[in-house]
Amino acid sequence: MDVILLQILNGLDKGSAYALIALGLTLIFGTLGVVNFAHGALFMIGAFCAVTLSRLINLSYVTLDPVKTDFLGNPAKIKTPYVEAWFGPETGAWLIDWSVPLAILFAIPVMIAVGFIMERGLIKHFYKRPHADQILVTFGLAIVLQEVIKYFYGANPIPTPAPELFRGSFDFGVLIGFDPNAIIYPYWRLVYFAFSALVIGAVFAFLRFTTFGMVVRAGMADRETVGLLGIDIDKRFTIMFGIAAAVAGLAGVMYAPINSPNYHMGMDFLVLSFVVVVVGGMGSLPGAVLAGFLLGVLESFASMNWIKDIIPGIDQVIIYLVAIIILLTRPRGLMGKKGVMED
Amino acid sequence: MTKSNFTRRGMLKTGALAGSGLALPTIFTAQSAAAASFTNDPTGSTVTLGFNVPQSGPYADEGADELRAYQLAVEHLNGEGDGGMLSTFSSKVLEGNGILGKKVQFVTGDTQTKSDAARASAKSMIEKDGAVMITGGSSSGVAIAVQGLCQEAGVIFMAGLTHSNDTTGKDKKANGFRHFFNAYMSAAALAPVLAARYGTDRKAYHLTADYTWGWTQEESIASATEALGWSTVNKVRTPLASTDFSSYIAPVLNSGADVLILNHYGGNMVNSLTNAVQFGLRDKMVNNKNFEIIVPLYSRLMARGAGKNVAGILGSTNWHWSLQDAGSKAFVQSFGMRWGFPPSQAAHTVYCQTLLYADAVTRAGSFNPCAVGEALEGYEFDGLGNGKTLYRADDHQCFKDVLVVKGKENPDNEFDLLEVVEVTPAAQVTYAPDHPMFAGGALGECNPGA
Amino acid sequence: MLGLNTKDTRLLLIVIALTLSTPILLQPFAEGTGLAQFNAGYPDLMQRFAIFGIFAIGFNILFGLTGYLSFGHAAFLGVGSYSAVWMFKLLSMNILPGLILAVIVSGLFALLIGFVSLRRSGIYFSILTLAFAQMSFNLAYSVLTPITNGETGLQVTLNDPRILDGVNASPYTNLFGLPMSSSVKLELLGRLFTFNLGYYFCAVIAILAFYLSLRIFRSPFGLMLRAVKCNQQRMSYTGLNARPYTLAAFVISGMYAGLAGGLLAAMDPLAGAERMQWTASGEVVLMTILGGAGTLMGPVLGAGFIKYFENIFSKINDTVLHSWFAFLPDGIEDALVFVVQPFVGKGWQLTLGLVFMLVVVFLPGGLMEGGQRISAWIRRKSRKDDGRADSEHRPGTSPHIAE
Repeated sequence: MDVILLQILNGLDKGSAYALIALGLTLIFGTLGVVNFAHGALFMIGAFCAVTLSRLINLSYVTLDPVKTDFLGNPAKIKTPYVEAWFGPETGAWLIDWSVPLAILFAIPVMIAVGFIMERGLIKHFYKRPHADQILVTFGLAIVLQEVIKYFYGANPIPTPAPELFRGSFDFGVLIGFDPNAIIYPYWRLVYFAFSALVIGAVFAFLRFTTFGMVVRAGMADRETVGLLGIDIDKRFTIMFGIAAAVAGLAGVMYAPINSPNYHMGMDFLVLSFVVVVVGGMGSLPGAVLAGFLLGVLESFASMNWIKDIIPGIDQVIIYLVAIIILLTRPRGLMGKKGVMED
Repeated sequence: MTKSNFTRRGMLKTGALAGSGLALPTIFTAQSAAAASFTNDPTGSTVTLGFNVPQSGPYADEGADELRAYQLAVEHLNGEGDGGMLSTFSSKVLEGNGILGKKVQFVTGDTQTKSDAARASAKSMIEKDGAVMITGGSSSGVAIAVQGLCQEAGVIFMAGLTHSNDTTGKDKKANGFRHFFNAYMSAAALAPVLAARYGTDRKAYHLTADYTWGWTQEESIASATEALGWSTVNKVRTPLASTDFSSYIAPVLNSGADVLILNHYGGNMVNSLTNAVQFGLRDKMVNNKNFEIIVPLYSRLMARGAGKNVAGILGSTNWHWSLQDAGSKAFVQSFGMRWGFPPSQAAHTVYCQTLLYADAVTRAGSFNPCAVGEALEGYEFDGLGNGKTLYRADDHQCFKDVLVVKGKENPDNEFDLLEVVEVTPAAQVTYAPDHPMFAGGALGECNPGA
Repeated sequence: MLGLNTKDTRLLLIVIALTLSTPILLQPFAEGTGLAQFNAGYPDLMQRFAIFGIFAIGFNILFGLTGYLSFGHAAFLGVGSYSAVWMFKLLSMNILPGLILAVIVSGLFALLIGFVSLRRSGIYFSILTLAFAQMSFNLAYSVLTPITNGETGLQVTLNDPRILDGVNASPYTNLFGLPMSSSVKLELLGRLFTFNLGYYFCAVIAILAFYLSLRIFRSPFGLMLRAVKCNQQRMSYTGLNARPYTLAAFVISGMYAGLAGGLLAAMDPLAGAERMQWTASGEVVLMTILGGAGTLMGPVLGAGFIKYFENIFSKINDTVLHSWFAFLPDGIEDALVFVVQPFVGKGWQLTLGLVFMLVVVFLPGGLMEGGQRISAWIRRKSRKDDGRADSEHRPGTSPHIAE
C-alpha cells in the first residue's frame, strides 16, 4: 500500500514536469500550429538561466592564500563572491543559497524576450509554410541554441542546488499512520509540484478570464475572422509565443536542482513532450496537462519491481505503449479537437 | 604548438609516380596480404595516429580532456615541452624524436558516443588519413565496436576509457589493448574497504544502468560484496535514457536495504546520485546502521556534475591527480602547465596508452601491428603513475594498483573532489584469464591487414 | 528507354554517370594541400552516401508522395541491419542472403507497424510511428540483448557457425568470395582515387533503387499516392480506398530502409541499437526535407550533405586550422583560428544547424531548389528563355503537407 502511495506521489511529481513542458509546447504546437522542435531547447535555456544567475551571484574576486598552494605549487586562490563583500557575508550567502528561486525573476523576462525574438525573427515567416519546413528550421534552431550553450558551459552537467531550506525530504508516512521512512519525499520536488500547479492555473486563468485570452482563443479557432474584425491577431500571437517560452523556461529553472542541467537535456525531453501533447490531443490545453500527469503516474507504476518482474522492460516502453493504445482507441488523443493537424 | 601539414600516406609523397600522370593500379584485397606489408605502413618521415574521442553528446568534456592529453603526448614524443612522464617511464627507448625517428602527427574524430559514428570516424582515419593506430573513446560499447573494426582493418587499437569486463573479456581482440581498469577490479578493490568501513553484515540494493557495462559492473560488485557476507536485497535495472531516477530510488528505503549501490556512469550517475541524496537516503538509519551509498566507478569530471552530493561516498578510480609518485607528479605538472588545470583519469589513461604504443613500436622496431602486439604482450613497466604494471598477454589487460576514493567533504577547489582512501595492490585485483566473468571470447590471431 | 520518357532517361543516365564517377568527383583536391581535408572520396564515406541515399529515396516514396510523415523509419533500418548480421553469423559471410533477409524482415515489420499506424493521419500518424520505433530502440538496448547484443551492437565473431561457408571461406563480408573491402587504388595528378568494390556494389543498388522510385513516381500507383496527399477526402468520395495504397507505399519505403540497413551491415558487419533511435529517424526526415521533399534527387543530396558534415567537418581540429592559416602573420592566424574554430571540429553540429536554418529560410524547396535556381540562372544567361523547363522533376506544385 505504502509503495503504491509512494509511486502515486512520484507520478504526480514526474507528471507535473511533463505537464508543464507540454503546456508550453501545446500553446505553440497545438494551437498556433507550429511544429516547434526547439521547445526542448527553450526548456534547457530556462535551466541555464538558473545556472547563469547562480554564476553571476557567485562572481568572485580572487585573493592569494599566503599559506596554501595549488597543485602546481603556485599560491592557492581564495575566491570571495562580490555579493558577500557588498551586502555582508550573511546576506551574500543567502543570495547564493537562493539563486534558483531568484532565477525565476531573472528567467521570465529573458525567456519572454527569447520567445519574442524567435517568433518575430523566424517563426512568423513559417505559419503558412509546410510543417516539414517548420521541423527543419526549428530543429536547426534547437541545434544552434544547444551548441551555443555547450560552447560557453561545456557538456558536463552543472550542479545547481536548491536552497538549504528545501534540501532533505519530508516524511509523509508518519502523517497517515505508516512507519517512519515508509513514504518520504524530497521537499524540492513538492515545491516543483506546487509551482507547476500554480503556473498551469495561471495560464488557464489568463486564457479563460481576460479579454486578451478570449481574443487569442478566438484567433486560434478562426484566425481570419478575428483579423477581419480589425484585431491585430499577429501581435497577440507573438505575445502567446513569449508566454509559451516563459512557461517552458520556468519549467527548466525549477528543474535545475532536481537534475543538474546539461546542454542536451532539452533533446531528452523533446520527444516526450511531443508524445504528451499529442496523446492529450492537439489544440487542447487541459488535454496536455491531463496526459502529462497520466503518463507520469503510469511511468512511475511501471518502474515498480514486481511489475517489472512480470513484464520485463515495461518501464522502458510504457509511455510509448500507452500512447499507441490511446491514439488507437481515441483518434484525436484524450481531448483533441477535430481537424487540427490531421492532414 | 605543432603545426603539422596534413599530408598523409607517405607512399603518396615518396611514390615517384605522384604528379607524373602515370596510372599504376595496385590491387589490395583483404586476404592477399604479403608477408611484410601491413595496413598504412608509414613510409614517409611522419606517422599518423588517430584520436577518436567523443566531441559531442554527454561525454564531450571527457573527450576534450582526452584530446588535451593526446596533444601533450604527441608533443612529448616529438621532443617538445617538458617531456612529461617520458622521464619517469621505466622504459628509456623513447628519445623525443618521434616514433622510430618519424615525426608524430595526429587526426581527430568525433565518436558521438555511438558505435556507428565511432566506427565511421575510425574508418575515415584508417582509409583517408592513413592512421596506423586508433585510440580513445569514453564508453565500453564504443570501445568494443572500434576494437572489432581495428581487428578487421589490421591496425592497433589502444582503448581509452572503457571499464566493462567485456572489452578484455568476451569481446577481446588480438589487436586491442586496454590500460584502464575494469569492473571486476573495481569490485575487488572496493570490497575490503567496504568490509572495513561498513561491516560484513549489510543489505545491498543495486540500481543498474540497463546495458552491457552496467550488467558487468553489477555482477562484479554483487559477487564481491556477497563474498564479504553482504546480502543482495534487489537488483533493479534502470533504462539508460532515464534522466529522473525518483521512481527507482523512492522504494529503496522501504526495502530493508541499508546500502545503495549505483552501477551508473556519467550522466546517469550524476542524476541517480543527486536524486538519492535529495531523497535524504544518507541521513537515514536503517537496521540501526547509517544508510550508505556506493558508486563503484568514479569519474572526477562527472563527480563535479553531482556537486556536494558526492561528499563521503566511496568508489574506485583508475588514477587521480593527487597521487604523489614521480610519474603522476610529472604528468600533473606537465598537463597543468599546458592547460591550467589538473588532468582527469581519462586524460591519464590515454596519455599512457600513447606512450606505451610508441614505446612498443620502438622496442619492436616496426609499426607492424603484430610486432607491436608482441612487444606489448606480457610487458612489465613502471613510472606511469600506477606503480608496477603488467600488460597481460592472455587478454591484453593491464594489471596495476586500483585506487579506492571517497568524495571529499570540504573540497578546496573545483578539482579537488576526491580523496584517495586506499591503494589496493595489483595482486588483490588480479584474476585468472579464464575467470567466468571474462569467459567466452578469444583474442584470435593478430591481423596486420593488407 | 526502360519504360521512361526522354527526360527521365536523361535524368537516370546523369545519375548513373555521377554515381559511377563518385570516387573521382569526390577527390578534387590534391594530396598534401590544406584543402585535401575536404576530399570525401574514401570508401567508407562513399558507401554511406549511397546507403543513406537509398534510405532517403525510400523515405521520400512515403513522405514525398503521400505526405505521411513517418518519424520511426529508423526502426526498419535497424531491423534490416540486425537481420543481415544474423545471416552473416549463421549462414554465410556472402552478403546476398543477409540483404535478402533484411528486405523481407523489414518489409514484414513495416507491414505490421504500417497497418496499425495508418489508421490515423497527420501528426497522430507521426507519433504512432515514433512510438513504435522508440519501443524497438529501448527494447533492443536492454531486454532484447540476447538478440541484439545491446549497447555494444551485434558483431560477427570467429566462432560463429556460418553453416554455408567452408573452412577456408573469407572471414570478411564478401560477394561470392570477393571481399567488400577490396579496392583498386589509382594515383593520378597527385590525387589518390580509390575504387572500392563495396562502394560500387552499393552504387549499383542505389541506381536500381533510384530507377524503381522513378518508375513509382511516374506510375498510376504514384499518381494515386499523390491523390492521397492532395485530398484524401475527395479520393474516397470517388469510391477509392486510400489505405491499401498508403500501406503499400509504407511497406515499400520500409523495405528500402531495411535494404539500407542491410547494406550498412554488409559494408561493416555491426548492427547497433542507436540506428533505431528517434534521432536516426529524425535524420532521414531532415535529409529529405533539406534536399527537397517530393523531388527525386533531393533526398539523395540531403543525405550526402548531412553525412559529409558529420564525417568531414568533425575532423577539422585546431591543428588543421593552424596549418591552413599558417601563411598569415601569427596574430591574424590566431584570430582567424579563434573565429573559425567554434564552427568546425567539435562544433560541426553548430554549422549543420545554421545550414538547416539558412536553407529552409532562403530555399523553401530545399537544396534542389538551389540547384534549379542556379541552372535557371545559367540558362537565362546563355539564352533568354523561360526557365521553367526543368520543373518536371518536381511532382507538381502541391503543398507538402500544409492544410
